[in-house]
Amino acid sequence: MSAPEMTQAVAQAATGHAAHAAVDPFVFSFTVFVLAVIVGYHVVWNVTPALHTPLMSVTNAISSIIIVGALLAAGPVEMSLATVLGLIAVGLAAVNIFGGFMVTQRMLAMFKKRSRG
Amino acid sequence: MLSLNMVAMAYLIASVLIIFALKGLASPETARRGNFFGMLGMGIAALVTLQLDSVQNYAWIVAALAVGGLFGGVTARKVPMTHMPQTVAFMHSLVGLSAVLIAVSAFIDPVSYGIADAHGGLYPASRIELFLGTFIGAITFTASLIAFGKLQGLLSGKPLVFGGQHWLNLVLGLVMIAAGILFCVTQGMTPFLIMLAVAMVLGVLLIVPIGGADMPVIVSMLNSYSGWAAAGIGFTLGNNMLIVAGALVGSSGAILSYIMCKAMNRSLFSVLLGGFGGEAAAAGGGSVGERPVHSGAAEDAVFLLKNARSVVIVPGYGLAVARAQHALKELVDVLLKMDVNVKFAIHPVAGRMPGHMNVLLAEADVPYDIVYEMDEINPEFSDTDVVLVIGANDVINPAAKTDPSSPIYGMPILEVGKAEHVIVIKRSLAAGYAGLDNDLFYMDKTMMLFADAKKACETMLQSLD
Repeated sequence: MSAPEMTQAVAQAATGHAAHAAVDPFVFSFTVFVLAVIVGYHVVWNVTPALHTPLMSVTNAISSIIIVGALLAAGPVEMSLATVLGLIAVGLAAVNIFGGFMVTQRMLAMFKKRSRG
Repeated sequence: MLSLNMVAMAYLIASVLIIFALKGLASPETARRGNFFGMLGMGIAALVTLQLDSVQNYAWIVAALAVGGLFGGVTARKVPMTHMPQTVAFMHSLVGLSAVLIAVSAFIDPVSYGIADAHGGLYPASRIELFLGTFIGAITFTASLIAFGKLQGLLSGKPLVFGGQHWLNLVLGLVMIAAGILFCVTQGMTPFLIMLAVAMVLGVLLIVPIGGADMPVIVSMLNSYSGWAAAGIGFTLGNNMLIVAGALVGSSGAILSYIMCKAMNRSLFSVLLGGFGGEAAAAGGGSVGERPVHSGAAEDAVFLLKNARSVVIVPGYGLAVARAQHALKELVDVLLKMDVNVKFAIHPVAGRMPGHMNVLLAEADVPYDIVYEMDEINPEFSDTDVVLVIGANDVINPAAKTDPSSPIYGMPILEVGKAEHVIVIKRSLAAGYAGLDNDLFYMDKTMMLFADAKKACETMLQSLD
């Protein structure tokens, strides 16, 4: 597939206006997924080994982005088992988001250069 | 209320901010700004979701956020840096558990997620995605809990091995997949719950055979799993923000696992099979302590350090256990004032998680520009007067280079034996976590200082003054 064709295909996937049949939403999600894995691969190889622990704590906070799913689950006003599970998930994800970013900040603040002079 | 396109754009901005958060970690100078971008991205994603029409349960949601946020915030402020590995493992388990809860909630009430077909059942594609998200989440949850227990010392750090272990895991894995497929076909509650339960048991069984020294790999691997779990939930909900963030975390953890495996010259597969250290300890046990060593007092070590031009310090997990980093830093300050050139050398798998030692040294105010990675420092050992080893063992074991029969043969090591003198601070001659004897301890140039790392540093400091 040439570059313009690829762009067209992605655009079609995004808008759902494929020439012959609509592209399944899964295919579009999968496109995003694969591209994100590649971005992650390149970005993470550039992380200095000295900061691998902060990397883990911050990725911990980042994976708690599932709070988005938890909020949807907890969303309805009428309480049901589904809502309660969602609320618990919101709480757990919040532990990670606040804990993860704050502990990363605390660690990063410790990394200082040698003061010469 | 934002339009759905606006919401998608906001998620895109949040995704980009999160990529910048990881990009910032390329250097300590940009890392703090990066972390701020990360918080901003997370904040945008959460706020945008909160304003959606389907999210109305504000009182309860704010309460859940407050309780969780408070607990997380207090933990983040209080936790000692030596406890970072178990803290990270604990947080991985929370990601896993929330992924499971969200998946179960989506299973019970698919309509509120917009993944239900006309009859209120799940779309076939959604079922597969739900299956993947649930079992990855469940394994992450229990596996991380066990890793946490081992690191925290609640469970024995020794590998637990029993006959037929791998067959049992294989059978359970197949049962889980079969139940998952059955669920995808029938949408039944029973196969869903069986799949969930078996995944949880499997998470426990996967981690019990793994010993302390392999923990850096396992913690990284669970980091990766927690990302894949988030991406799995993203697929279920058709949410690209979750997919991007999950994929970033997933590849990050995978790369860290790879780096850790390489630093131990082991394959991920052999780490997962577990049992490392148990047998070797039994085999090598007899000869330990029977060969003569040169042991010295703190004063002798101080004499060597004072008269050296260059000193390289090799910290290991023992430093963390003894919490000796602050005492060590004071010692280093005095040496630096005496114009001794002091550097730190860090092996990639020193400690219990990637970068563990760097954080401990940073906590003790050791400037990061005198801390070197293995590849940077190895060529310098031959020009070094004194190497001071504190609580490290396997990562300096010359058997990794010279003895093809050694279980750690081929593992890259810090070549401290090339230095003029070596001082090893150790509590006793007990074997390291790989259960191996270390020839370095018996060399003529090596002086053993048998003491607790923290006490040794304090005594050395006193006799320096």
